[in-house]
Amino acid sequence: MSGWRSLAWTVTAIGLGFAVGGVLVAAFGHDPWLALTMMLSGAFGSSFDFATTLASSIPLALTGLAVALAFQAGLFNIGASGQFWLGAIAATWVGYSLPLPALVHPVVALLAAMLAGALWAAVIPGLAKVHRGAHEVITTLMLTYIAVELGHFLLEKGPMMTPGFNPESPKILESAHLPTLVSGTQLSAGLLLVPLCAGVGWLLLFRTPLGFGLRMTGHNPRAARYAGVSPTAATLLALALSGAFAGLAGGILILGVEHRLHNSFDVSYGFTGIVVALLARNHPIGVIPAALLFGALDNGAQAMQIFAEIPANLTEVIKGSIIFFVAAEGLGRWLFERRTRLEGVGA
Amino acid sequence: MTNAPVLEASGLGKSFGNLRALAGVDFTLHPREVHAILGENGAGKSTFMNLLYGLLRRDSGTLKLWGQPYHPASPRDAVQAGVGMVHQHFMLIPALTVAENLALGTEPGTPWRLDLRQTVCRIQELSETYRLPVDPHARVADLPVGIRQRVEILRALSRHARLLILDEPTALLTPQESADLFEGLRQFITAGLSVILISHKLDEVLRTANRITVLRQGKSVGTLNAQDTTAEELAQRMVGRTLVSVPDRHEPAGQPRLVLQNFRVRGNPPLSLTANAAEILGIAGVEGNGQEELVQAIGGAELAAGTITLDGISLAGQSIRERQESGLGWVPSDRQGEGLVLPMDVSENCTLRNFRKAPFATRGWLNLAKWREWASTLITRFDVRPPDPGRPVRNLSGGNQQKVVLAREISGRPKALLICQPTRGLDIGAAEFVHAQLRELRDQGCAVLLVSSDLDEILRLADRVAVLYRGAVVETLSRTQLSRERIGLLMMGGTHKAVVA
Repeated sequence: MSGWRSLAWTVTAIGLGFAVGGVLVAAFGHDPWLALTMMLSGAFGSSFDFATTLASSIPLALTGLAVALAFQAGLFNIGASGQFWLGAIAATWVGYSLPLPALVHPVVALLAAMLAGALWAAVIPGLAKVHRGAHEVITTLMLTYIAVELGHFLLEKGPMMTPGFNPESPKILESAHLPTLVSGTQLSAGLLLVPLCAGVGWLLLFRTPLGFGLRMTGHNPRAARYAGVSPTAATLLALALSGAFAGLAGGILILGVEHRLHNSFDVSYGFTGIVVALLARNHPIGVIPAALLFGALDNGAQAMQIFAEIPANLTEVIKGSIIFFVAAEGLGRWLFERRTRLEGVGA
Repeated sequence: MTNAPVLEASGLGKSFGNLRALAGVDFTLHPREVHAILGENGAGKSTFMNLLYGLLRRDSGTLKLWGQPYHPASPRDAVQAGVGMVHQHFMLIPALTVAENLALGTEPGTPWRLDLRQTVCRIQELSETYRLPVDPHARVADLPVGIRQRVEILRALSRHARLLILDEPTALLTPQESADLFEGLRQFITAGLSVILISHKLDEVLRTANRITVLRQGKSVGTLNAQDTTAEELAQRMVGRTLVSVPDRHEPAGQPRLVLQNFRVRGNPPLSLTANAAEILGIAGVEGNGQEELVQAIGGAELAAGTITLDGISLAGQSIRERQESGLGWVPSDRQGEGLVLPMDVSENCTLRNFRKAPFATRGWLNLAKWREWASTLITRFDVRPPDPGRPVRNLSGGNQQKVVLAREISGRPKALLICQPTRGLDIGAAEFVHAQLRELRDQGCAVLLVSSDLDEILRLADRVAVLYRGAVVETLSRTQLSRERIGLLMMGGTHKAVVA
């Protein structure tokens, strides 16, 4: 299954996911249509709501892109969260410690975030995989815990500690802030980076020799080697790129929203990124609508809870069901291809 | 037993959309007969067989089994009617024992406890009757391919099959295992069974079948007695035209091109080989005698000691890519696992090893229009079907997949070509085409290193033959010294002296 058929199935899966949610809402004695209306108006009802939805989809799109790029090269970067944290740490540090001019400062901070994420993914998991065959699922995941604890150390006992009761870093300088696009919301200029990064990711994968080599490695590493692609280079490059986008997501969240690193900085974005990539079928452009959907679900759920008195956790059921049905396409495809195989002509 | 036909088919038809897979097949199977169905890939053999086994339903025509109308709606119906099938790819669970595999579907005993005693007895009984020795307690995963096939046959027999369908049964077997299998078939016939043998191998069919029905483009184009026909006649019917036999070439080979000296690969003894310009050097040997390691090392995928030169320039220390750029073409033996990226399309696979070079990439960007253009050129030149550059190679037949690999490697005008098992799994038409391409390449001056475990192929193509045994070249024979017996003996490790004596 490819192209339109696959897109059609994804849309169907989303529909089925909502249907499951609707049935549950009805089963608990609520009105599913009311729930849906509330959710939609909560996510898109006003420019404020829409801006909030967009804001929450920014980090999802970038971590989704990170996971998707690695996947295209056959690597499962399950630890985007760790790289996300490292990006946040780097951006924060550049943000408060380097006095730079206004336009330059965020650029430098974001580049630092990307570099930190890239190194976090490529150095230990990458080299361990290339030289010792350590599986990236284990190494990137373990490094996520280390990244989070490293952050806690820096904030609680380390050089980023500020005086006071809360474990948090100093505030970043004004010059490092990403401008807010819609006042009163968390929507920062980081939004503009999302289509840019997705486009760059797409061009890289589908329009450059480098990307062709990565995709070849993802499909068939032996054939890629035969075609002259170095498996070492492909693995390191894919992990570095993946880590860079995850790090960028962390950096944008610091410069655009949080303005300082604190102990409860969110780690879930990296994991949700896996789901976003799955829904996008690892397509760099596809992560944008996929992230928007998840952003809208999160945001709409709040409205639903407040106005229809339906628990916001319902969205988790919907998300789970969508993912289930998207994954079930594998089952559908398997059935479909099996049938064609059996009906195939000749020996 | 009467002599009424076991199975009668007339005018069988089956279409998939616009494609007529079967367009009128007439077929009669007599009792105690091995009846071969012969045809090229895509001739409709599998469709026919799937109709018989209830995996597909026919659109038209009639089918009678032991005189009764036969409409199997599922393999279960077929089994109940006494039809057994042995698939080309075995349907066994490797983690289970032989007895457990045979008990699957019936699960004798109570729901809490599996009682295999009866199954074991039945296996022993059948093993003896049909001389198919198998240990019922062995794990399938531990058995060699030939024995696994035996288990498949026993499973069919244990379900009281009176008609056995074998789909390409020798595709994965060694020559010895094939011989054992055909010995077994004779036992079935003596015991009153009938056998349908699906194959595209002419020699095999001529040796084992009583009668042969040839399918071409979904139609049966005749049934022949095996004694009254020849390989040439069968081939002609299969392909639908006369195959041209290429006259032997007598031009002398040129200067040495690909030279290996004291070339040592992973624990194998050192070997020396020279492939000259305008020459096909065959590497013969029973599979597993160091061919794959040698090829991987020449191609640059494995480390090796010693010298290797192409036109006097050392390849040692060069990467796979550098060797390719130095003029070494390579068609790997594992077409699907190494030579192609199956989910990618024909144009991507045609450019697989040149994607960094102009005109396929310019200033760091891929020029995909050029890729398609190039793929279209190769598709036309090598007659790849269907002629669609955008089709994933996964959806091409084995023959067309091989054409894509060959097209890519030959079109680079290599100085030397490393080619392994070039016609494995291909039908006659496609194999003939590949051979013609290799001869043409040789005549243009390329040094062709042909590694094949198919002795007939080596004898047909090679100008000289090096025989590999346990990783070493035991002998290199020139064209005039070639004979099947001699090479066969060398392949088994016999020395030159033994041959002379």
